[in-house]
Amino acid sequence: MEGDIASMGQFIGAGLAAIGSGAAAIGVGHVAGNFLAGALRNPSAAGSQTATLFIGLAFAEALGIFAFLVALLLMFAV
Amino acid sequence: MAEEAHSEGGLVFHPMDQFIVRPLFGDGPIQWYTPTNVTLWMALAVLCTVALFVLGTRGRAIIPSRVQSVAELAYGFIYKMVEDITGHDGVKYFPKIFTLFVFIIFTNYLGLLPMSFTPTSHIAVTAVLGFGVFFAVTILGFVKNGTHFLGLFWMSDAPLILRPVIAIIEVISYFVRPVSHSIRLAGNIMAGHAVIKVFAGFAAIAAISPISIFAIVAIYGLEVLVSFIQAYVFTILTCVYLRDALHPSH
Repeated sequence: MEGDIASMGQFIGAGLAAIGSGAAAIGVGHVAGNFLAGALRNPSAAGSQTATLFIGLAFAEALGIFAFLVALLLMFAV
Repeated sequence: MAEEAHSEGGLVFHPMDQFIVRPLFGDGPIQWYTPTNVTLWMALAVLCTVALFVLGTRGRAIIPSRVQSVAELAYGFIYKMVEDITGHDGVKYFPKIFTLFVFIIFTNYLGLLPMSFTPTSHIAVTAVLGFGVFFAVTILGFVKNGTHFLGLFWMSDAPLILRPVIAIIEVISYFVRPVSHSIRLAGNIMAGHAVIKVFAGFAAIAAISPISIFAIVAIYGLEVLVSFIQAYVFTILTCVYLRDALHPSH
């Protein structure tokens, strides 16, 4: 278990960046949960809103992917 | 970095090894004209597209065969999406959008085959698709609407004091679009494949191998879903950007 302080910083930074994935999970769950809550109140309007649902999911998920990307960059590119 | 992980004996293979671009013949340096595994799997995706949409619908039967009805379902699905989002004047651009969808979904699904390679897991590939859409849509917006296209950034229903601030934010978000558009696809596909390979690495440890093999099956199922959803999201965002270009007024 030897190494230098730089690689320690790399690993700690990558671990911290992975927190962003959890935050994105909260966002995605929020979008999907609210869609379901609305869809169960008014099921007839739900079908026409699936496109909006997926756009919202995509925007929420993209930021989590950015966090994952930062983690990958720290692990493999720096 | 990959070699270090090998020598430290943690995992049997490195989870990112599957994304290495290798030449198909020999070990020489990769030039722009070198046929690589990316070339191979992209060509296979194109061949599958031809097989589904040219050979599959060759019969043009009134009662479609199974292959023909798959092709018709995919066509109708995307056609309805384009029509719903961009309106009737956006249907003209349907071939481009359908091409994007079919190419992405075939590269994603072929990449799920064991020992295969996924071109869409590379940002270099998806960035070409994403920036292609971005430039096409921007040029189209200026050609169709002239300087009126800049009204996309100038919210005429916001209070006058706020409008410059909103305009700056809108311009920034407009230029981040192609980046997030391409990184979303590549990141999702790359993350999913890396997770499968991490669990495959755990499968070599006897104590937890049943759990990890079960996890591989579960995540593989999730990846089948994600492959479709990401292709769908890429096309639906293309439609949204196209709608903004055709009807820029807020």
